Amino acid sequence: MSKFKKKRGASTPEVSTASLPDIIFMLLFFFMVVTVLRDSSLKVQVEIPDATELTKLDKKSLVNYIYVGKPLLKEQKIYGTKPRIQLGDKFAELTDIPFFIATFKEKTAENQRQLITTSLRVDGDVTMGIVSDVKTQLRKSSQLKVNYSAKKEVE
Amino acid sequence: MARKSARDRMKNEVNAGSMADIAFLLLIFFLVVTTIETDTGVLVRLPPWSDDEPETEKLNKRNVYSVLVNANNELLVRGEPADIDDLRENAKKFIMNPEKRSDMAETPQKAIISLRNDRGTKYKTYLKVYNELKAAYTELRNIEAQKQFGKDFVDLDRDDKKIIIAKVPLILSEAEPTAFGEEN
Repeated sequence: MSKFKKKRGASTPEVSTASLPDIIFMLLFFFMVVTVLRDSSLKVQVEIPDATELTKLDKKSLVNYIYVGKPLLKEQKIYGTKPRIQLGDKFAELTDIPFFIATFKEKTAENQRQLITTSLRVDGDVTMGIVSDVKTQLRKSSQLKVNYSAKKEVE
Repeated sequence: MARKSARDRMKNEVNAGSMADIAFLLLIFFLVVTTIETDTGVLVRLPPWSDDEPETEKLNKRNVYSVLVNANNELLVRGEPADIDDLRENAKKFIMNPEKRSDMAETPQKAIISLRNDRGTKYKTYLKVYNELKAAYTELRNIEAQKQFGKDFVDLDRDDKKIIIAKVPLILSEAEPTAFGEEN
């Protein structure tokens, strides 16, 4: 009861670890917020070519991706080795692109629609035929802001 | 040392020591999964689609810098075979025309780059050519920006950028690819 009674056996109080979980949780929340889970698993091989005139795509929510490349080895039995288009997480045909773009536009707020960028992640060894066809489809769906995905040259 | 009394045990709280471990586990999971890096690339603006055949404008031949990339990934610049590594310098020379030659652009504003490729051209080569042409313009804009504002083009504010763009506009027309070459 007495406030001033000396505690026995408490000569060296340990550092309290009670706040440790809080610190860790703070870090955890930071990474949870920052994380963007990869929403589509690749089904095509994409080796992005190099370039120097690069622009960063900042607003991730305003970017949609079109992948073009050879199907992965495990998919080649069914889909062959010709380059194919991947939209979202499945293979697609050229004619699916307008619908894909339209759906994405629908999900975006109206005042931000003209800021939507389509990022073409195309394998360097793919020939231009299929890329031109994709570009034609994009033009037809008036999605004109396009990014040829490329990475910085490593010297 | 001393035996704990029943009352002492009542005061015991749930052990929170393992909380840190749980949080750590989650933390490590998100650390591994996180990709902060953003996508980078060459930003282009496609021309709007029209069903009509494009009007073949009467262009003065001296203002057109035609670049053709064939299915063997070789370059033909204004009718002459060329090397990708020289493209940037040659394009810059063509656009600015410092010697006022009669076979190069009258003014930078009138210069038009015409890019054409085969369906069999490799994407890698196409992008490299595109990149070189864009780089030529970036360098010219930087020179102009340094001259006028003493800064690089990227560091200018919006209105100043517009002035420079009006001086050195990037006009790049892409023709429909010719159907040569084997597609993979």
